[in-house]
Amino acid sequence: MKLPRGLGTFDRPVAERIRAWGVMGTVPRVVAAGLVLFSLLYVIVIADPVVDVGSWRTTNFGSAIDNPGAFLFTLLDALTFAGLLFIVASGFSLIFGLMRVVNMAHGSFYLLGGYIAYEIQQSMTGVGFSVQPNEVNTWEWVLPLLVAMGAVALFGLAIQQLLLRWNQGQDLRQALITIAVSVIVADQVIAHFPRHVPAGTKPFGGNAVGIGWPGWTNRLVDMHIWGVQYSLARLVMLALGAAVGVALWLWLYRTRTGMVIRAGVDDRQMTSALGINIQVTFAIAFAVGAALVALGATVGTSQGNISQGQDGVWLLNSLVVVIIGGMGSLIGAVAGSLLFGLVTAFSTAYLPTAGADCCTQYSPVLTFVLMALVLAFRPRGLFGRAA
Amino acid sequence: MSLYERKTTVERAIGVAVLVFVLFAPQLVSGFWMDTVLTQTFILGIGAASLVFLSAYGGMISLAQAGLMGIAGYALGNMVTERVEGGETKGLLLGWDPTLSVVLAVLLTVGIGILFGAVASRSFGIYFLMLTLTYSVIVFLFVSQVTQVGGFSPIAGIDRYTPGFMGDVVNDRQRLYYVSLAVALVVYALIRYLVRTPFGIALEGIRDEPVRLASLGYNVTLHRTLAFGIGSLIAGVAGVLFAWWSGQLSPSDIGLQATIQLLVIAVIGGLTRIEGAWLGAFAYIWISNEVTNRIPEGGLWLIGGSFNTVIGLAFLAIVIASPDGLMGLWDRIWNGLRGRGGTGEPAVATGSAGSQA
Repeated sequence: MKLPRGLGTFDRPVAERIRAWGVMGTVPRVVAAGLVLFSLLYVIVIADPVVDVGSWRTTNFGSAIDNPGAFLFTLLDALTFAGLLFIVASGFSLIFGLMRVVNMAHGSFYLLGGYIAYEIQQSMTGVGFSVQPNEVNTWEWVLPLLVAMGAVALFGLAIQQLLLRWNQGQDLRQALITIAVSVIVADQVIAHFPRHVPAGTKPFGGNAVGIGWPGWTNRLVDMHIWGVQYSLARLVMLALGAAVGVALWLWLYRTRTGMVIRAGVDDRQMTSALGINIQVTFAIAFAVGAALVALGATVGTSQGNISQGQDGVWLLNSLVVVIIGGMGSLIGAVAGSLLFGLVTAFSTAYLPTAGADCCTQYSPVLTFVLMALVLAFRPRGLFGRAA
Repeated sequence: MSLYERKTTVERAIGVAVLVFVLFAPQLVSGFWMDTVLTQTFILGIGAASLVFLSAYGGMISLAQAGLMGIAGYALGNMVTERVEGGETKGLLLGWDPTLSVVLAVLLTVGIGILFGAVASRSFGIYFLMLTLTYSVIVFLFVSQVTQVGGFSPIAGIDRYTPGFMGDVVNDRQRLYYVSLAVALVVYALIRYLVRTPFGIALEGIRDEPVRLASLGYNVTLHRTLAFGIGSLIAGVAGVLFAWWSGQLSPSDIGLQATIQLLVIAVIGGLTRIEGAWLGAFAYIWISNEVTNRIPEGGLWLIGGSFNTVIGLAFLAIVIASPDGLMGLWDRIWNGLRGRGGTGEPAVATGSAGSQA
């Protein structure tokens, strides 16, 4: 893991730099710096809960100075959401890094994983639509998780072997093939799930259903700072994300398979010329990537719910994370998840509330601004390298 | 007459025949066919043509076109619709003049498109595809979450507000048919003209050899951004027509499904030739109509009731069997003839985007 060149160099005088950039180079940088500075100031001091409703300063919480507890709460929201983002996006990034396959069916895999986990948990507990956490023990959460991971891994493996093995290197064609797969899978999932519905309810394809977290996570943890009490389930989500990150790092940098994968990322032909069966490595990486999205789906479904349309949302999330962080880079996926998580959580909490309207969310605009800012300066993402 | 010239002649003859047919089609086919199949073919074909233009001549497979169509449609819907007593439709309900609104909606789309293009213009190939996909999804999330301009319920009644010279398209669907046909012809001519200009030729050069063109002094980023702007102009026009045709817009006209629909159309037709956009649109709409009509009550065995699976399977088959679509198939048939007896004529222009795919 190397820091990008030129990130921390202040050796050239500022005036000389600005001259070197010219007008076209300086204006975007000034605008970008201004935007970032303004958003930080907005969150820290400008935001205000007491101004008239509809003012551009009116937010739910007020600034971080006024209400540090709410600030910490939002920060924790951001970090825990980043954990979930990382779980889902790391699988996407792993598959791309090794095989140059942009798996457009990633969102459909998410849908599949979430509904499988739901069905398994329902057949163990049986309540319908969603289960209260206090009715779920750890085993009733872990087994659905494992089944979903195994099933989606096998499914991904089958897709890779049938549809992606014989056309390696044709990245555009492979992207189109995975788009076709995503259409079929999403449609089939919606046609057949959810199967468990409460008695007296008609099954409706793609209905929103939820998984229950294990009972012991259903409490608030006292953070002992500014009186913040935070949901243990969300902290577990962050811990799982961190665990996945550490496990992936150990796998990629401390095992033989990981060594082969890294060699394959750098030079696929040379690796196979050395007598290594790169096809086996491809298959393993694709299965692991698919299993990771099922893990993410189970966690995401436990925290929120799963319904039709989430395939698009999670495909977008994965794309944004890897576009920001840089394709195929583990540290990039971490950085991308954190940045995207921060922007999502803070824009939800701190953007002005629009008058009497409760539900308007401008966060999609900020997602675009974030991507534009990163790509303007690093077209391959923060940690991306030339292909 | 060489085989290549003969092929051009055959294509021109087919083109003239199609033109004559569509000019008189309203008298020849049923109202359903005219409105649902042909008008929609023209409109979605224009949208797909913006994608094919970018991919065939710029090497940019843009998945943002459905999003740009949506921006134009939503902008128009917000500008023209008025507050009606007892009416419960969404949007800003500005009630502006329709002609002005059309111009503003298209200009807004071009502006946003140039911004999108400027951000994406330094990305190539698969990165470009991913980035533009996020644009479409972001537009979708924007109109569905920002309740002032839309929200989940649709903006309805847009077709009641058309510029004066168009007249009433709600009751007289033939007017919309001819307007769409005319716009489609203009767009086709515009693209054919553009790719012959120095700009278009430079764009093709950038598609094949961006580094070489950059070292020759061409501003690669600017050319790609401008091409994306032209693509947004075409998509914006398609979006306006679609809003009139459909009469109402909801976020589902923009999201992932609409993006994929436009991509499927372009891929069925062939990502290498402009004509493919309308051919693909016709094939797509015809297939989906047939499939929807034929699915029995209660759905098919294993596949269920929705036609998306069928479309997905057809798309998969095309991508696997003939990645450059129907137009590519047509070109290959002629190339096969040449291989058997023809003389060594210039090979048919196949864009790199398609041959790589």
